[in-house]
Amino acid sequence: MTRRQLIGRVAALGLVLSQNPYGRTTQAGGLPLTELDDPTKKLGVFPGKIGTRSTFEKLEKTTSQTSSRSPLQDFHGTITPSDLHFERHHGGVPVIDPERYELIIHGMVEKPMKFSLHDLKRFPSVSRISFLECSGNYRGGNEKLTPQQICGLTSQSEWTGIMLSTLFREVGLKPKASWFLAEGGDAAVMTRSIPISKGLDDAMIVYAQNGEAVRPEQGYPARLFLPGWEGNTSVKWIRRIEVSDAPFMTREETSKYTERVKDGKIRQFSVVMDARSIITFPTYPQVVERGWIEIRGIAWSGRGRVTLVEISVDNGKNWYPARLQEPVLNKAHTGFRFLWQWDGRETVIMSRVYDDTGYRQPFLKELQDARASRGGYHFNPVTPWRLKPDGSVVLADAVPRIRSNRDK
Amino acid sequence: MYRNIFLFIVSFILLGCSSSIKTGDIRSYDTIDIGRVKEILLPQQALDSSWPESFGFGRSASKADIERWDIDVMPDGRGLPKGKGVAVAGRSIYLVKCASCHGQDGSGGTYDVLVSKKGKSIGTYWPYATTLFDYIRRTMPFNMPGSLKDEEVYHLTAYLLAANGLIDSVDVITQKNLPSVKMPALANFVIDDRKGGPEIK
Repeated sequence: MTRRQLIGRVAALGLVLSQNPYGRTTQAGGLPLTELDDPTKKLGVFPGKIGTRSTFEKLEKTTSQTSSRSPLQDFHGTITPSDLHFERHHGGVPVIDPERYELIIHGMVEKPMKFSLHDLKRFPSVSRISFLECSGNYRGGNEKLTPQQICGLTSQSEWTGIMLSTLFREVGLKPKASWFLAEGGDAAVMTRSIPISKGLDDAMIVYAQNGEAVRPEQGYPARLFLPGWEGNTSVKWIRRIEVSDAPFMTREETSKYTERVKDGKIRQFSVVMDARSIITFPTYPQVVERGWIEIRGIAWSGRGRVTLVEISVDNGKNWYPARLQEPVLNKAHTGFRFLWQWDGRETVIMSRVYDDTGYRQPFLKELQDARASRGGYHFNPVTPWRLKPDGSVVLADAVPRIRSNRDK
Repeated sequence: MYRNIFLFIVSFILLGCSSSIKTGDIRSYDTIDIGRVKEILLPQQALDSSWPESFGFGRSASKADIERWDIDVMPDGRGLPKGKGVAVAGRSIYLVKCASCHGQDGSGGTYDVLVSKKGKSIGTYWPYATTLFDYIRRTMPFNMPGSLKDEEVYHLTAYLLAANGLIDSVDVITQKNLPSVKMPALANFVIDDRKGGPEIK
């Protein structure tokens, strides 16, 4: 048994002791902690090779066969711990040896080239804090849903890598180049067609996430990253880019990441994530007390910066601006806060975001009416929460369509 | 001809939309269009005056390097290998390798419905027949991805097209005629026109 394991076992023992009847009596009576419970009376753990999360914190993604969701209601701040970043993949997480990794760029280029991971890391690098969100990120229809269950397929990291334009410059684009295919090296051999303009604008090939190598679940050793675009387009484990003069019409951009809209039409290449906000506190399954409550949440837009988050504490009758946490970054989760004194009566609270294009986050009914659709990809509705007199919080379904002064 | 016009519109709209996005990264491209792409990205053009014409990192990709991975198929047939397939042979392969997930006749399985007159089947929701070949060859069957031979993929493609009533059950699908199989769903596809701003779309 190592020293760390021994200390761990003693700590576990301490936890057990504190839960026996004697321990409870002691604490309830406000008496001094026993020596075993008092961290000032026993030596702590020595420095380790890798940090740990407190054993008191139970942060977990919820998983299904195809995805796992970030616990938004448990986060403070806007950077998602890397091990809690949401996952969505179509053929499992591959194991890729970084020494054997290659990215090939070919097609309508002057010089077809291949780059090792080492090569990629030699180019001028750039870091960017930006969200990544799956476009199938809306669940409803049940009042006992957490933010994680409603829209836990969004996460934020500091991504580091190189601009894709740097690589395009290196290989040289031929005059007809207007689209490129991004292909992953996983079992799905994931493919999406991306306009060259996005490739030249802000697309990155990233090899690091929050200061360390990109996690396997997020595309180790390198992935495409398209700020503000639906997650599927940021192809993970990227191994090949083929430049062409037309979209490839892959399965994901035809039969999958498209949505039915009005008049029987199917909307395609709907890649930008519209602005969205969600209150993460107070929400189900939390229970709150009357009095001062700081309403907290995150807001973001795939088109630019968040300019305003409004809060209603009376089921949409009145709206007030929330405080935004600086810095407000482009295409990034932005924290908001709103201090409120709850009188204990049943009410519905909600948030809505505006971005710098003038877009306002819609109510569910507005989206459903605009698209003649009940749900699907790119649903970003206002999420209302009902506070009950007993302090419990549930997802509220019925949402009125009331306009604020800003809309008039 | 119709497809060419469609693709032109796709390119036009998407390039138009994306060019309005501005970012604060290492440099900004204010008005990206095809013409400007030509100007700035031919290799002799330097984006940043302090940058060399080429960093010289990476190596040339040989024909063999590219062929090893270049398996995509485009709607106009580019990338399709030689070969042909018929529904009856495809049906036999389907029953052995696909039915356990997709059902005996392309529906009623645990995974995606492939054959149906409604919902999101190949007949009702897939706009290009070439996508079928690309996808099956690329990653099916789920438990043995990429294990099918080109001929098996042609047979399966023929079977699924015939089962959806998109070709006749005796038609032979080839490298030449797959791109011209008429897919009813294509008429319903429209390109995203959301651009931000106050309108809810």
